[in-house]
Amino acid sequence: MPSVYENIRTNQRKTIFLISTFFCFIVLLGWFLAQVFGNSQILYFAIFFALFQSFLSYWYSDKIPVFLVGAKELSKKDNPRIYRLVENLAISAGIQTPKIFIAPERQPNAFAAGRDEKHSVIVLNQGLIDLLDEKEIEGVIAHEISHIKNRDVLIASVAVVLVSFVAILSNFVLRLSFFGGTRRDSRERENPLGLILFFIVIVLAPLIAQLIQFAISRKREFLADSSAVLLTRYSQGLISALEKISQNRIPLKNQNPALASLYICNPFKEKNWFFNLFSTHPPIEKRIEELKKVSF
Amino acid sequence: MMILWFLIFLIGATIYFYNKLVSLKNQALEAFSDVDVQLKRRYNLIPNLVETVKAYASHEKEVFEKVTEARSRAMSAQGFKEREEAENFLSQSLKSIFALAENYPQLRASENFQKLQDELTDTEDKIQAARRFYNSCVRDLNIAIESFPTNIFAKIFNFQKMELFSISPQERESPKLNF
Repeated sequence: MPSVYENIRTNQRKTIFLISTFFCFIVLLGWFLAQVFGNSQILYFAIFFALFQSFLSYWYSDKIPVFLVGAKELSKKDNPRIYRLVENLAISAGIQTPKIFIAPERQPNAFAAGRDEKHSVIVLNQGLIDLLDEKEIEGVIAHEISHIKNRDVLIASVAVVLVSFVAILSNFVLRLSFFGGTRRDSRERENPLGLILFFIVIVLAPLIAQLIQFAISRKREFLADSSAVLLTRYSQGLISALEKISQNRIPLKNQNPALASLYICNPFKEKNWFFNLFSTHPPIEKRIEELKKVSF
Repeated sequence: MMILWFLIFLIGATIYFYNKLVSLKNQALEAFSDVDVQLKRRYNLIPNLVETVKAYASHEKEVFEKVTEARSRAMSAQGFKEREEAENFLSQSLKSIFALAENYPQLRASENFQKLQDELTDTEDKIQAARRFYNSCVRDLNIAIESFPTNIFAKIFNFQKMELFSISPQERESPKLNF
């Protein structure tokens, strides 16, 4: 399938674009703040920070999402059924068996992360194993394995770190303005900084979201769905899995918008502008419709 | 001048298509050796299985002989088609061992037997999975060899189409026991 190899190259290009755009942005931000406050150390800090977080987002692209959801690694002894499903589908796809993690979430959902085939993880929520049957779980795992094979995971994992950064920054701004209001003596010094950062976040969040929307194309979900069917030769498994996952109303315990685009189905069911900003999922009905067309 | 450009173009195209064919062919060969790994795993499990079953059902000689023979036939088979047939025959004869176990509750209850049965079913699945990956690699190679303009270079450098495993849809379902 030449389209898969093209997809890999496009993904690699986009990842480089995403990381370097973000890098430049932080350095520019540092330069701007250094000019405003007349303190060049801010610029050095920004450069250091940008380097650090680019490195982090690439090198720990498998570990950070696993850490964020608090998932535990699954060994063959714990659940040989799931372990073998993953092993066999990895053989069918011709990739190394990825590590398997179980997240203590009751919502049925799953995602894959990592920088390449050798450093990939599949994270399954406990709810997925409890609520879905064998064929459905097989469909979901095949979908995630296809993401790994198409190298969709790197760019999505990098995006997680970048969005987390925005979330941390906005949190920081909120706290800063809170403390700035209570301490009278330092009000004059901190207020302008808080105000500037506040505006930056207001501008930054939609901008980053736009960037990620661009980088993570909606097509990749369709491609992973159809590749999954190619692996399992059984489209009904994935179709009924998607139906079950989308009809389920159990919310995530750990609501982290940064992870939204990783999951097989959008984990946030409620309408929330901040969460929807980062949503890159095509509607589930459309995906099921496409899956029903697949023939082999 | 035109001729020079044409020559450069031709050499470039030759290198590109030759390398493409080489990498496709090697992918397919690698996938084939992945199938081999799983088949070897099965060969290694069979003597253990036969010994375990013998301990409980020593008089069912026919079945043991059939399996042992099928195993050695599969191991020594030459050529793609002959080998595939021998492997499928081995799968069938293994099914007859498990069918036999139905008549021996003690054997079925034995932990060792359960473990072996589990391992063999898993290996069966893995053989199928590895064959599927091999088929997808060979399909890519065969498409390249047949389609224009790669077919010209395939002919010049003598790239041959490779054979596909036949994976029947029934094999996806759990093995049915029949006599």
